[in-house]
Amino acid sequence: MYKKFDIFDILVGKAEDPDYGNKPVVIQGITGNFGSVHTRLMREYGTNIVAGVTPNKGGQSFEGIPVFDSVKDASKNFNVQISGIFVPAQFFLSAIKDAVNSGIKLLVAIPEHVPVRDAMESLEYAQSNNARIIGPNTPGVIVPSVNKIGIMPSQPFKKGNTAVFSRSGTLMYEVSFHLSRAGIGQKIALGIGGDPINGTNLIEAFDLISDRDEVDSVVVVGEIGGDAEESLVQYIEKTGFSKPVVAYVAGRSAPKEKRMGHAGAIVYGNYGSAESKISSFSRVNIPVAKRPAEIPSILLKLMK
Amino acid sequence: MKLLEYQGKELFTEYEIAIPKSYLAKNHSELSQVADKLRLPVVLKSQLTVGGRGKAGAILKCMKKEELEPKFTELLNKEVKGEYPSVILIEEAVDIYKELYLSLFLNRGKRTYSLISSAEGGMDIESVENKVIQDISITGLTQAIAESIGKNLGISGVTAESFSNIVIKLAKLVREKEAELAEINPVAILRDGTCLALDAKIIIDDNSIFRHPELTKYIQISELQEQAEKSGFSFVELDGNIAIIGNGAGLVMSTLDIVNDAGGKPGAFLDFGGRATTETIYKALEVISKLKKVKAILVNLFGGIVRTDLVAQAILDAYKDGMISVPIYARISGAESDKAKQMLSNSNAKLFDTVEEAISSLVQYIGLSK
Repeated sequence: MYKKFDIFDILVGKAEDPDYGNKPVVIQGITGNFGSVHTRLMREYGTNIVAGVTPNKGGQSFEGIPVFDSVKDASKNFNVQISGIFVPAQFFLSAIKDAVNSGIKLLVAIPEHVPVRDAMESLEYAQSNNARIIGPNTPGVIVPSVNKIGIMPSQPFKKGNTAVFSRSGTLMYEVSFHLSRAGIGQKIALGIGGDPINGTNLIEAFDLISDRDEVDSVVVVGEIGGDAEESLVQYIEKTGFSKPVVAYVAGRSAPKEKRMGHAGAIVYGNYGSAESKISSFSRVNIPVAKRPAEIPSILLKLMK
Repeated sequence: MKLLEYQGKELFTEYEIAIPKSYLAKNHSELSQVADKLRLPVVLKSQLTVGGRGKAGAILKCMKKEELEPKFTELLNKEVKGEYPSVILIEEAVDIYKELYLSLFLNRGKRTYSLISSAEGGMDIESVENKVIQDISITGLTQAIAESIGKNLGISGVTAESFSNIVIKLAKLVREKEAELAEINPVAILRDGTCLALDAKIIIDDNSIFRHPELTKYIQISELQEQAEKSGFSFVELDGNIAIIGNGAGLVMSTLDIVNDAGGKPGAFLDFGGRATTETIYKALEVISKLKKVKAILVNLFGGIVRTDLVAQAILDAYKDGMISVPIYARISGAESDKAKQMLSNSNAKLFDTVEEAISSLVQYIGLSK
């Protein structure tokens, strides 16, 4: 388990910081297809991208952003703590090590298809250096109206006081879209990632906001596979987590032993089944929406 | 990737985990080639990826030579949970004194590997009460730890030595082949006290296959699946007649649930991910067009990553080229969705603002078309 990790301090900062709300970010894989498109979109949203990394392209620039061969080189010029990682899966582990070795504290890991072994090794590496990984296979993290590190579209998100934690990318957008339309903005929306191994799991995500008064509620979007939702319920029971929570679980009708798109979305026997997750939430009286569109009305009722 | 039993046992042989003497036969001529070598009795085992073979009668014992042929035929023609075997494993029966359970699996919640052992082998481990689950390091599994696992099961002497040997080799296999699960159920203790793996269930991390060219020969996917994967889609064929396409695994799963709740029967799950272009979505529709059972297509698209106007163009092209004729019910939201709606206004595709509206319209259509 990680030590208490203050994600808002890293992403937003404190009011007295000269770069409050404008924290510098490095993008690994900035010149790639995916990295370049989203670098543009992140910038448009207000993310302060100060440097990019692509091996063997050091010295070039991408739309005015200097490109370096490594985070190590970039960190000689900029004091950065946040990295958005857009490299292909086979280079993931080395990208993580480069970032961690260079003082990056928050690594937002976008790539899909990272082998489990590499994900586990990355995690150990980050943990032993007090760095935090979000993902892999995550859409990233957004603090609406401040910045976003990731590939999520901007339109669904509105500034507010709910936290959205989701194992699915598109469902994070979908749910936030419904929330925003109902007048429920988000303090933070964070993608756990669709892989079996998550750098920040649901419990750790809850831990990020548990003692923050400005976060008044949580929407958790789960899906079949693994036991993250069941463990979360145990955590909620054990810690007496008291903010209103609404849950949703995708995959009720998915067949067993079939991988439903995400590497982690697979049911073996009862392990990972939607019924197991839904009954866990129900046991501690956390309402589970049947459809994403129902979530806002359920949450509004809880908040009354 | 879930390996068939015989494939798992090939890995066991590579790692020097003992298995019974066995042969493979795909058809009768292969059976007759091995028949004379067999030392009876033998066990015929249908090679399937689905579980519960024993209960389904897909494992048969042959005491006499005359039984071989009819039982082999029976297994080849026996369907279990929609699956037929492509090969039958023929194993010489062993003299079993006792059965144990052993597995190593990726414990996702704990982000480590866990080992399950039990002195009660041979049955479904979920129903076994006396099992020990412990976290282990697959890189640091020592002889001492392996021995203590055997000791907990109440075995000693030759058996303990043989069992701990299997534990260590299994951990090595899991580490080197990047398995998410390696289960031996049962580990048989023979009359001479040594241990043998009677079954093998191994699941390899799909994302690590690029490091394991030696395992690619075990990849068994349908032509459609292969076509889908080449285009970067996740595709799962289901039992019903409604194909569901969308961007994002969670969104498509969620759509599947809502269709199911509305009384519809999903026939395909297709997630075209975030990298879709006009060409890839056209290809997605091409995959779906090959499923003759599909009566209607539901597209649930949350824009932003994918440009929704590109999806609309692909739908138009697919109709124009005569590739698909069934109606498409689409919910498209996000970037460029107004443009997408306009583009599709004169086609066989109907557009809706919410997925619920699209589904209720679609389910009504399916009901009418029966």
